[in-house]
Formats: sequence, structure tokens, C-alpha cells
Amino acid sequence: MSELWQLNGSKLAAMVKAKEVSASEVTESVLARLEEVEGSISSFVTKTPEVARQKAKEVDDAIGAGADPGPLAGVPFALKDIICTKGIRSTASSKILESYVPPYSATVAQRLDSAGLPLVGKTNLDEFAMGSSTENSAFFTTKNPWDIERVPGGSSGGSAASVASGQAVWSIGTDTGGSIRQPAALCGVVGVKPTYGLVSRYGLIAFASSLDQAGPFTRDVRDAALMLGQIAGHDRMDSTSLPDAVPDYVGHLQDGIDGLRIGVVTQLAGEGLQEGVRTRFRESVTILEKLGAQIGEVSLPTFEYGIDVYYLIAPAEASANLARYDGVRFGLRVDGKDALEMNSKTRAEGFGPEVKRRIMLGTYALSAGYYDAYYGKAQKARTLIIRDFERAYQDFDLLISPGSPTTAFRFGEKTDDPLTMYLSDICNVPSSLAGAAAMSVPCGLSPDDGLPVGLQFMAKALDEVTMLKAAYAFEQELGFTDKPPSWNAS
Amino acid sequence: MTIERKEVEHVARLARLALSDDEIDVLKDQLSRILGHAERVTSLETEGVPPTSHAIPLSNVFRADEVVPGLSTEEALSNAPEVEMDHFRVPRILEEGQA
Repeated sequence: MSELWQLNGSKLAAMVKAKEVSASEVTESVLARLEEVEGSISSFVTKTPEVARQKAKEVDDAIGAGADPGPLAGVPFALKDIICTKGIRSTASSKILESYVPPYSATVAQRLDSAGLPLVGKTNLDEFAMGSSTENSAFFTTKNPWDIERVPGGSSGGSAASVASGQAVWSIGTDTGGSIRQPAALCGVVGVKPTYGLVSRYGLIAFASSLDQAGPFTRDVRDAALMLGQIAGHDRMDSTSLPDAVPDYVGHLQDGIDGLRIGVVTQLAGEGLQEGVRTRFRESVTILEKLGAQIGEVSLPTFEYGIDVYYLIAPAEASANLARYDGVRFGLRVDGKDALEMNSKTRAEGFGPEVKRRIMLGTYALSAGYYDAYYGKAQKARTLIIRDFERAYQDFDLLISPGSPTTAFRFGEKTDDPLTMYLSDICNVPSSLAGAAAMSVPCGLSPDDGLPVGLQFMAKALDEVTMLKAAYAFEQELGFTDKPPSWNAS
Repeated sequence: MTIERKEVEHVARLARLALSDDEIDVLKDQLSRILGHAERVTSLETEGVPPTSHAIPLSNVFRADEVVPGLSTEEALSNAPEVEMDHFRVPRILEEGQA
């Protein structure tokens, strides 16, 4: 007999709707689990049990009154703490926003609140989503539920760890250059980075505005499809949000992939992979073939430059976005004799080393004399990466690679050298630069260390339907049921 | 790729970051190394290639010019470090006699 917190979102939502269990009972089960393991995992910057209980009660009251609560109602979730929540502290895991309480909620948060999802808390991240291990949080590090000596990945490490450990049934993260997919791979959960513009960015604390996108972490592909359907769609508050109608993602999950053309990207699936990751990736290819997919290999030479392009463009955008932290309107202020000194001291005190590094990198790349050589060149290279994708999609419907080149690494292993950390995102940045859809789905445990490995599916912009149905077919065939050590401990 | 210490200081001023001497030393080396890697993009042939600033084609987004509720003054000031008479209060910006 499973505990309620162990069940997946679609199952729990159906049970709530059928009155087999109340939203309050589900919420209490998840809150108890959250407390049980939080001491060892540390997923949350802020816990919001009373907010969750209140929402669960609203859902139960509505059901009691005969209302249809909707397809996700009553199933608790967590939000990455870079997503604004009205009246609830939202920190981006930064000292500069440590006591910031937004006067409004992000559209993503509003939509899930309206859909009746109890919010259990705000999850830890690398400060301002800059990092791949959650070690850059200004507050504390989050542990990987599979091995608490290791990182959960990042930047959405708390969102991934909370879902993997049962502290939330599902969660929302953000992905600028892999910050959903890489932690999903490292924590053995599903993580979706939707097409740029599919999910509103209103209320997301901005990092790199041409790349940032919010998306779900879930324990299976069905839940990801369900949650994506809820958060996707046009928002008048975000002028980059796409006007397109949102397809029925869940309805297409079982369409099958017979005849689907899937390309293995040479540049992402060759050198530099951990041996165990390579093993599981090769097996994944075999499974997809067995399901009827036509597998081919495709060489996309510009992908080798993905990290370089990304680490010029993203910091450049960040340096402009983070100019707003000036000690004037919100956030930390450190006094100075004049405004300039106040600004400079506030930013020196409020930002951590990685954020300073990226602001410096971006400011340099945008400064007079270097703009054309760095930022301008990177923008042209971004076009070349998009063209490589277009070329690949003449022959293939989807592309695949590992979700991360390695499994979860140890704390401190990559903190001495920023460049080594940046290379963790090598599989993830191309889709981000192209504004296209991508996701990571568990594909087994690495034989060399017993840790989860992710399989990344990359799709054309707005082709989430094809991506999700392939991931679903793969997941069903693989039957990955392993859970972190503490899963059955209680 | 080597970045000079004075360049780091210049960029820090542009970015309004009061960095310590130690931070400047560390950043000098790290930025040199990161930009040295990123410089590989300069080897790509980009003659005649248009730059991409936004990957998804979308332009001229308009909406009806309707009045909708926004934040109240109180809400807008709720996180301000210092407030005076419904304004954000800041330290002196101009020198004496400059105003």
C-alpha cells in the first residue's frame, strides 16, 4: 500500500475528483513527508504549509458543493523561488532579495493557484538561476535525494530534489540553459523546458530574457503533459508570449512513435560522456528502435560552440537585467555617501561570486570596443545553431542526447573552476538558444555509480506533442521504477 | 586571452560593483579563461549571417489601450529601502552646487 505522497499527480487528482480522498488528506501526507526529509535534503527556502492547507480546504469545499475541481486540483506542488508569489517572500536564493515580498504573483503561480494546487513552498536554486549544482545559493546547498553527498544539479535543484524525494508531487522550475533538464536528469525525474513563449514569463525574476522559460518537474511524463497544459498559453502580461492555441498534450500521449524519425546528435552523444551515461544512452536508442522509431545519426557542427555562444549571450542579458538591483526600489540597500557609492556597495554586498562573475562577463562582452567581437559575433553564431537545427529537422522529427554528460557530481567537485561547471550544460544550451522545446526523462541508473541518467528529447518550437508522446512511449517501454534510498524508509 | 587588471576595474565601475582587490585578481584570471574559451566563436564564418536576438518570430505586439488596475502606491513602495512622501528616497546624486 503506497502512501499518498508517493503517488503521481494524475492519479492523485483523479482520486480527489472521485472523492476517494480529500485534497486536505493528500496535502497533509505531502507536508508530513516534506518535514520528514527536509533536514537531510534542504529543498526549500520558504515553506508554506498554511497556504497549502488553505488551498486544499478550498478545493474540498468546492467538491463538497458539487463543483468539478479540474484535472490537477488538490495535488500539492512547489515553486522555484525565482517565481514571484504575492505576499510570499521570493528571494531568487540571493541576499539582495532575501526579504523581498512581491506585491503580485507570476502568471504561472496564478494559473496553478486557480487550478486548485496547494503550494507547499518555494524551492532553493543557484542564485538568480546562475549555476548547475545549486551550490551558488546564497543560503544553503540542496542535496541529491539519491546520494546526499552529491549535488541535485541546477539551477532548479530544489524543485528537482523536492519531486524526487516526495516533498512535492510536482514542481515548477525555470530553464535558461538547462536549469530544468540537467537537474531532472541528475535527480531521476522528468523535466520539461517548453518552447520559448509557450509559458508566460510574467513574474519570473529575469535572468536572460531571450532564453528564460518556466516548465514542470514531475515523476512521470503524463504528469508533465498535464501540468504543461495548465501553465501554457498566451498571457497579455508577457508580450513575448505566443498567441497559439494550446494542444491537448495528454490526449496525444498514447499516439505511439512507429515510424517517427529520431536523430542522435553526434556532437552531444560522443566524446566527454561518463561511461555509464553512454551505456544507458545506447540502450535508450535500442528501446526507441524497438518501439518503431527510425534512428539515424546527425552531425550538427555548430553545437560544439553552444556553450561559448550561451556564455556570451546569457551573461550579457543578465548584466542588463540585474541592473535593477540598485538599492533604490526594492531589495537590499547598503548605505553610501552618494547614490553611486550606495549602488556599488549594495551590489557588492548583495550578489554572490557567480552572479558577480556573470555580470562582469556580460558587461565586458557588451562594452565599447568588444561588442562586435563578442556579443555581436555570438548573436550571429546563434543564428548558425538555429540553422543547424533546421537542417536536422529536414530529416528528423526529434533529436536526442543524454540530459547531462554525467550523473550527479560531488559537492565542491566543480566549484573551483567556473568553466568546468559551465560545461555541465553542454547538452542543454542548443535548444535554449533556438527557443525550441526539450525535456529530460529518466533512462535508468548508471552502471558505474548507481545514479540516475536522463535522456534528452529535443523538438521543434511548439512541437511538444511529438516530444511528449515519444517520451511517454519510451517511459512505458523502459519501466523505470527505481526510487531514491529514503523513498520506502518510513 | 589576457585581461588586464585595469580593464576589470573599468568593467566593475560600469557594472556598479564595488569589488575588493582579491575579487579583482580572481576575476581577472577567471574572465580571461572563460572569454578565452568563448573566443572560439570568432573562428565561425558569419559573413552575411544575420544576428538573432530573439529566437521565435514575433513582432509588433499590440494590445487595446484600456485602463486596467495596477499596483497601488502603497504596494509599489512596499519593498522600498527608504520612503519619503510616497517617493523612493535615495542618497545625494549630485554634488553641492551641481543641481
